This record gives sequence, structure tokens and C-alpha cells, in this order.
Amino acid sequence: MSDITKQSLTELVENIKNKKISSTDVTKGFIERSEKSGELNAYITDDFSSALDKAKKFDQKPNFNLKLPGIPMAVKDLFCTKNVKTTAGSKILNNFVPTYESTVTKNIWNEGAILLGKLNCDEFAMGSSNETSFFGNVQNPIDKNLVPGGSSGGSASAVAGQLTPITIGTDTGGSIRQPASFTGTVGLKPTYGSCSRYGIVAFASSLDQAGPMAQNVKDCALLQEVISSYDPKDSTSIDFKRNEYSKELSNNIKGKKIGIPKEYRVDGMPKEIDDFWQKGIQYVKDCGAETIDISLPHTSYALPTYYIVAPAEASSNLARYDGVKYGFRARGENLIDMYEKTRSEGFGAEVQRRIMIGTYVLSSGYYDAYYLKAQKVRKLIKNDFDEAYKKVDAILTPSTPSSAFKIGEKTNDPVSMYLNDIFTVPVNLAGLPAISIPAGHDSKGYPLGLQIIGKAFDEQNILNIAFAMEEKISFKNQINDWWIK
Amino acid sequence: MSIDLKTIKHISKLSRISVDEQRAKKLAGDLNSIFDFIEKLNELKTDNVEPLTSVAETTLKLRSDEVKSENIREQIIKNSPQDNKDYFVVPKVIE
Repeated sequence: MSDITKQSLTELVENIKNKKISSTDVTKGFIERSEKSGELNAYITDDFSSALDKAKKFDQKPNFNLKLPGIPMAVKDLFCTKNVKTTAGSKILNNFVPTYESTVTKNIWNEGAILLGKLNCDEFAMGSSNETSFFGNVQNPIDKNLVPGGSSGGSASAVAGQLTPITIGTDTGGSIRQPASFTGTVGLKPTYGSCSRYGIVAFASSLDQAGPMAQNVKDCALLQEVISSYDPKDSTSIDFKRNEYSKELSNNIKGKKIGIPKEYRVDGMPKEIDDFWQKGIQYVKDCGAETIDISLPHTSYALPTYYIVAPAEASSNLARYDGVKYGFRARGENLIDMYEKTRSEGFGAEVQRRIMIGTYVLSSGYYDAYYLKAQKVRKLIKNDFDEAYKKVDAILTPSTPSSAFKIGEKTNDPVSMYLNDIFTVPVNLAGLPAISIPAGHDSKGYPLGLQIIGKAFDEQNILNIAFAMEEKISFKNQINDWWIK
Repeated sequence: MSIDLKTIKHISKLSRISVDEQRAKKLAGDLNSIFDFIEKLNELKTDNVEPLTSVAETTLKLRSDEVKSENIREQIIKNSPQDNKDYFVVPKVIE
């Protein structure tokens, strides 16, 4: 079957269960396509031969009761995978082989999926274009020399380019939703505490969440029900009743109240994006939902708050990379010199910049003015959402202020790069779930995404809204395989 | 506000990242533009606002204190940049 890699996850699962195709067929199909896709630079490490062995083993003794029976899957290289190199896109972890498995990936393998390889990402997930990776830029399958977004850029590129049927990314300030939007794919950032952070290389612990990235909403729902679990190994994991999101998926959203926040109509927003948003509002109405104008007054303070909170937590989390227990070590004249050179040579420019910001805002004399202040504003931002959710069931916004940009276009101006996440960052600060779905193209023909933000733990509701809208939008991703020779 | 080279050197020392003169200048420029952007927070009065430290409204759970040893010392040591079977090795600390 030559069109295996064109099938959705749901179709593949069905066809494997009905014995129309084997896990070996599917795994071979994705390996062959991945091997021809070197120019995308989506993979950091492949695990193809071992994947094929596992697929053969599955076919010899298949278990069709599993949710992902014999499905091959590549994952972001931020998830620790036992005995498979895990780099976080950094030179400092270039040779790190975990002795344990992240809970999220363990959940995936327990449901029968097979690791294809580890996908490129911005270094320590710090970036919005996948240009900070030690392993180089990732290309967007949509067009040559276009960024795939970030930090889960390799993941987005791999799903859009059909190198993997589905994948997982992580989202600290938009790292799943922004690349999903840039590549015409679906990306869900779950509620903080829904998916375990155990075994995920930490960036900003109060914001980080893992989530699915898929070709459609149903696939996304299926993977979400696999990865979301209560985990005693993560002290912020929350024990709540999780749905079987894909089984309970419904396109009936009649009477739902969808908030339209006026503050997201930011200064300088291109008319094209505003028009696109209006079209989104129409789709929601066509589905029988009601839209209500709401206010989230502190929206414009979210990015400055994020650029204190996230670097502060990062500077603390990244203190562990000292060249002693694992990873890269530079030669030094003494212990301190070794630390300083290791971190100077091992971390890239963006990571160093953020460690410096974080160190500064936490340093003596500045803590109250910056870090404490940011935590207070974070409270105001969360209060805005709490207030809005007294009136509405979900909120609809664009996912990003623009479509994908060219490689190199924003690398010299950190602040303009940070502005990419203007619509996604407030969600992380408030710990809410949000999904980006592809909903149209801009004048250049590049995909644009709409974001649906939900109440905490209300993943089912935003998945349903996304599912209903997806039907109305009937988006088609325009992939011409330009990178395949 | 303005972050000068002296401050950059100080932060560099605190964060154990050595920077040369050229990088320090570049970092000062970057950090100043980022902090200009962050200063926006001063528009807000927050005297009576409780800081939000975590969005997870949960109390830390206790677990039973059981030894769960996987006996993987060798594997762990193998990841260390300077090879030694039994210990992590660092440059000499005591003369």
C-alpha cells in the first residue's frame, strides 16, 4: 500500500485492527518516507531498525485491544527515552542516554506504539522557530526556507510532512500551538497537571505541559486520552477524572457560548489576521454556538510576565548542567573554570540569554521588582480568565499574529521573536487547555490556525468545538513534497 | 533602566557562564531591549494582589517511604563525561 503515510492515525489503527495492514507495513512506510526527508531536518536521532524489529514482534503476537496497536511514532527530543539518546536540542546533552522513560512516552508505548525516533526542537524548548537547535534549522514542509515554528518545530514538520502519523510536543508559552498553526496541523496544550512532566527535560516547571500534535482533531483526542494520566512522580500532576476523549468526541456544540476577547485585537495586527478571525467567528456560529464579546484586560501584560517567570524558572532548572554527572564538559583550569566554560560552550545564545535574564530577576535586590511583580500580574491574568468563564464556555482567538516566516527573518531581534507567542502565552500563565486548529491560508498560501481556549480540565469541550469547526472549515493542507528528491 | 557591562559580568558570574567582552556587549544590548519591554509591568498597581506561584491547586501528596532501587549505578556513571567506574570525577578541588 503506497498511501500508508497519507492515512490518519484513526484510519491506521482501524486498518491494523481489521488486519488490512500490518504494523510492519505501516512502520516501513513511515521509515521510508522519513529516510527521504533528510532536508526537513526533523529528526535528531532515528531509531528505525529497532522500530522495525518491534513492529515485526507486534505482528507475530498482536494485541488489538490496545489504543495504538503497532503504530510507529516519533517524539520531540525533550522526552527522556530509556536507552535512546535525548538531547533537548542542545550540545550540552549531545551524548546523554537516559536510564529511565518519561511517563508520557511510557503511556504511549504501553498502548502499543513504537518509537520511530527523536524530533528536532529549539534548544531546551526556548524558541519560536526551531532556529536555536544545536542540530540546525528545521524546514517547514509547506515551503522551502520557511520556519516550522517552535519550539516543537521538528514535531510539527514531521506530522505535516507525514513522517510520523502523530506526535507529541511540549508547550511552555505556545510551543505546540504556534508550530501547529505554522504547519497546518492540530496541536493541543492540555491543562497544567493533566500530563505528567516526569522525564521531560524541564524548562519552566510552572508552565511546561506535554500535548499531542496531529493531522486532525480525532487523532489528537485519541492521543490525549493515552498521554493524560495522574502520576505520583510529578508533584504537580492532578488526580481528576479523565475522559475517553476520542470516544466522547461530539460535533454537537449547539448553544455553547464562545467568548471573543477584544484585547486580542492587538496594535498592528494585520487586517488579514483580523479577517481570518472574523471568519472563525462565523464558523462557530454556523456550528450553532453563540459568540459573546468579552474582555481579558491584562492580555498585553502576559508576554512581559512570561519573560520574567519562564527565564527565572529556566535559570534554576538549567543549573544542573554543570559538566559533572552527564552531558558535555569543557576543559577548565579548576572546578569553577570548568563549570563556566562548560556552560558557555555547551549552551547556545538564546539559552544563555534566558539564563541571564532569569538569574538577574532572581538576584538579590531585584527579586521583588521583577519576579514577585510578575507573579502578581500572573494572578491578574488568571483572574481575567476566571471572570470570563462565568459568562462563556470557551474562548476563540487566532493562534498566532502571522503565518510562518522565513528562516533568519527574526533571529536578530529577540523581542520580535517573542511577539510570536502573544496569543498563546496567557494560556500557559493561567494553566488552561487550548487547541490550535488549521482554519485557512493567508495571501501567501501559508496556513493559519485558530485557537480555542477552555476552562481548566475541560479538554473534552474544546476538542468538541474544534471537531465541529473542523467539519465546517474542511481545511486541506497543501503539501507538495518539495523536499523529496 | 539600563544594564551595563558590569552588571552583565556579575550575572555571568552568578550563572556560571563565562562571557568574553564581545558577548557581554551583545548580551547587554539584548537584555536592555528585553527589559524595556518588561518594564511595561510597572504600569500596573499590584500592592494588594496575591502572587500566583502555581496554577495547580493541589497540596503536595505524601507517599510511603519505600526503597525502590533499580541498581543502575553503572548506567548512570556511564553518562558522566569523565569515565570512572565508581565515581563522578571533577577537576582537583583540594590542593
